[in-house]
Amino acid sequence: MAGVPLYAQFINLLAAILLLLAFAMLAQRRVLTLIDLFAAQGLALAISTGVVAYGTSQPHLYFSTVLTFALKVILLPWILHRLIRRLDVRWEFEGLINIPTTMLIGIVLVVFSFNLALPISQLASTVTRSTLGIAMASVMLSFLMMITRRKAIPQVIGFLAMENGLFFAATSATYGMPMVVELGIALDVLVGMLILGVFFFQIREQFDSLDLRHLEKLKEPDQ
Amino acid sequence: MSAIGPPVGALELVVTIVAAWVALGALGLVRPHSLRFVSRLIFPAGACVALLLTVIAFLSLDAPPQSLVMPLGLPDLPFHVRLDPLSAFFLLLIGAASFGVSLFSAGYFRASEGTPPGLICFQYHVFLAAMASVVVADDAYAFMVAWEAMALASYFLVTTEHRIPEIRRAGFLYLLIAHIGAIAILLCFGVLQAGGDDYTFDTMRNMTLIGAWPTAAYFLALVGFGAKAGLLPLHVWLPEAHPAAPSPVSALMSGVMLKTAIYGLLRVTFDLMHVQLWWWGVVALALGVVTALFGVIYAAVQTDMKRLLAYSSVENIGIIVAGFGLTILFRAYGKNLLAAITLTAVLYHALNHAFFKTLLFLVTGSVLHATKERSLGKLGGLIHRMPWVAWLALVGTLAIAGLPPLNGFVSEWLLLQAFLFTPSLPQSFVNMLVPLAAAGVVLAVALAAYVMVKFYGVVFLGRPREAHLAYAHDAGRFERFGLVWLAAGCIALGILPVNVIQAIDPVNAMLLHSSAISAGGGNWLLLAPINADRSSYSPLIVLVVIIATVVLTMRIVHRFYHGRIRTAPPWDCGFPLQTPRMQDSAEGFGQPIRQVFEPFFRIERHLPTSFDAAPRYFVRIGDPFWSWIFLPIAHAAEFAARIVGLIQQGRISVYLTYSFFTLLALLFFVR
Repeated sequence: MAGVPLYAQFINLLAAILLLLAFAMLAQRRVLTLIDLFAAQGLALAISTGVVAYGTSQPHLYFSTVLTFALKVILLPWILHRLIRRLDVRWEFEGLINIPTTMLIGIVLVVFSFNLALPISQLASTVTRSTLGIAMASVMLSFLMMITRRKAIPQVIGFLAMENGLFFAATSATYGMPMVVELGIALDVLVGMLILGVFFFQIREQFDSLDLRHLEKLKEPDQ
Repeated sequence: MSAIGPPVGALELVVTIVAAWVALGALGLVRPHSLRFVSRLIFPAGACVALLLTVIAFLSLDAPPQSLVMPLGLPDLPFHVRLDPLSAFFLLLIGAASFGVSLFSAGYFRASEGTPPGLICFQYHVFLAAMASVVVADDAYAFMVAWEAMALASYFLVTTEHRIPEIRRAGFLYLLIAHIGAIAILLCFGVLQAGGDDYTFDTMRNMTLIGAWPTAAYFLALVGFGAKAGLLPLHVWLPEAHPAAPSPVSALMSGVMLKTAIYGLLRVTFDLMHVQLWWWGVVALALGVVTALFGVIYAAVQTDMKRLLAYSSVENIGIIVAGFGLTILFRAYGKNLLAAITLTAVLYHALNHAFFKTLLFLVTGSVLHATKERSLGKLGGLIHRMPWVAWLALVGTLAIAGLPPLNGFVSEWLLLQAFLFTPSLPQSFVNMLVPLAAAGVVLAVALAAYVMVKFYGVVFLGRPREAHLAYAHDAGRFERFGLVWLAAGCIALGILPVNVIQAIDPVNAMLLHSSAISAGGGNWLLLAPINADRSSYSPLIVLVVIIATVVLTMRIVHRFYHGRIRTAPPWDCGFPLQTPRMQDSAEGFGQPIRQVFEPFFRIERHLPTSFDAAPRYFVRIGDPFWSWIFLPIAHAAEFAARIVGLIQQGRISVYLTYSFFTLLALLFFVR
């Protein structure tokens, strides 16, 4: 690691934390802790964006940092907390697959992602290119979380965490997307969150529960 | 022929007429629920427009082609229109038939549960405008737009009584088959265009297709236009849609819309393509003869009068397509004169069918209104209650049965004459085949006469089979006008064949570069296709002879038997109680045909036994093409849908897994 500047090493550290948090979310059963982990992931993301901005002197990335912090560390966790209080769903929940198996599948995914990112990161010219594999792995892990969870709220958190991974990939591999795109995505996530919040209330009103198994009744019966 | 010459800007006038029809239809939407406004004002106005179209089309039959680029359409893709003898002939057909139908409609439509009259009026006039646009369109884009507008307008007209589920089903079937046909036509134009610059028909005319492409284009056209015309096996929509539609609509669809398909076949085969292979003709000929026989046999066993007429339309289209096949055959062997005679017969029969089938469908409409009955088994004796309708129907019936001196005879006679010329063809295989086809056509024509005797006899003659038929009323003023116009057309076309053939001749000159008149030794009185020694027909002489015979016979009978008539009760076979239900029924009339052609039917029959307390008899005759072709396709589609349904689990996590694995696979392959 001799030729690598300090900030890049710092980013690598943050990337590792991000991946670790992704695994933690995959293993977490309590919904409130899950939200805290999500906020922590957002914090790591915001810090890493700030570091990239400082290290590579990209002033527009500072805006991204502020935006990420405001949205993912403060606003979204606050909305989620509020939702849970309003809906009164502080339960622990079971996944479809038990946690150790999920973790094993997650490890396979990480290996796959690193394998996948290898040729791309060799092409990239940025100092932070090695983090691309991690970014992709955290996208995959969030996707896996969405698949294995049965309740609506963890699925939404998985969806938001997926966006975290994508954002990290964008900053680490290419020094961030254009400002317009970033703003657009931020707005999308916020609006998506609000709409899903409305849906939660609707689903609960219909089925008295947020368990998505009830939605299976909507399928056409077999002849 | 036209001493006045072609009207200046005839094409502009035709376009204006199309626009006028659309505008009239839109006017109907102003007060959609006012029946008086629509029927007393708009339908007669539409009829006047139709009459104007007839005149213009007639005058421009032998005018040189005119074309226009319309300021309509998509940017860089304007509509092209063209008026040549072929389009003029079909415009004449559309105008003349729709004049009668529009007049009839003015008195026909009543307030009902279904579509409000204003909306019907809109759909009806858009339908007319679309049919006229189809025949003047000069690029594939304008053609397809008009074609689809025609299909949609007629679909909405068929489903006028859309609250009845059977009618919605019939409409759907029609729409489905219309679209299968439209796809084939679209592909056909794609083949014809052959990578040219644009989709105008001029580009297609200048293209020379090589290899198997002309054959592909021809068969796509045959399927596409055949679906609209009702060729086997895509005829199944006709017997469903015609009974479902209001009678003027069935009349227009059967009399006029089917002819646009014939127009399309002629346009693609003889105008847009330069080569015709002889075996295309054999295929069309065989298909036409089979369709004609199938149609007439099924018509013979129907008990619903509109279904009967629908199958009869299938038969007539079969005859027309058989003639079309024969034209290709002659043309492929370079016998342009014979091809011209055959084509004349085809066009003549198309025109005749437009008159008599429209007339008969309108008659069923009047009967339906007067009696609320469509089933032949419940009608009868209407000639006393509805003399106007009955006598005009007699004209149509005799015409469709092919009896001289009416128009049906002329075209069928001409077609048979053409068949008799086939020994001059160089290929012995074809020479053996064609007489068979001729026999088939003759059989179909003869059976058609049988069918029509059944139709007329059961509906109008005998005694009323139901008590309420005694209250049937005759058709109203407008309805009578419409019927009289069409019946007069049947008579005129039958009496003046030489003039009609002269009028049609520019079409021959355009499509085949040959004339049908030049060879004949006929004059205005005598129709002689090749030369007068061989065969000739003079309708006027036939008419005079018929009238003379009838008058003479009446005189003689009157003279010798006058005053010696005595009335006595007929012998009742020793069975005193007789009801009108004991008359020969429609089933009974069709029974011999059913017996002879039993293997071709799918009969579901319930016969009472001697011990039944409440004996019931019913026969249902199904169309075998359902079980041969359409049901297997439907089952295959259902099976495929069930297989696809397996991946629909209704669980979010499963769906997410699908997208997850898709993502993984894509990432894996793309890297």
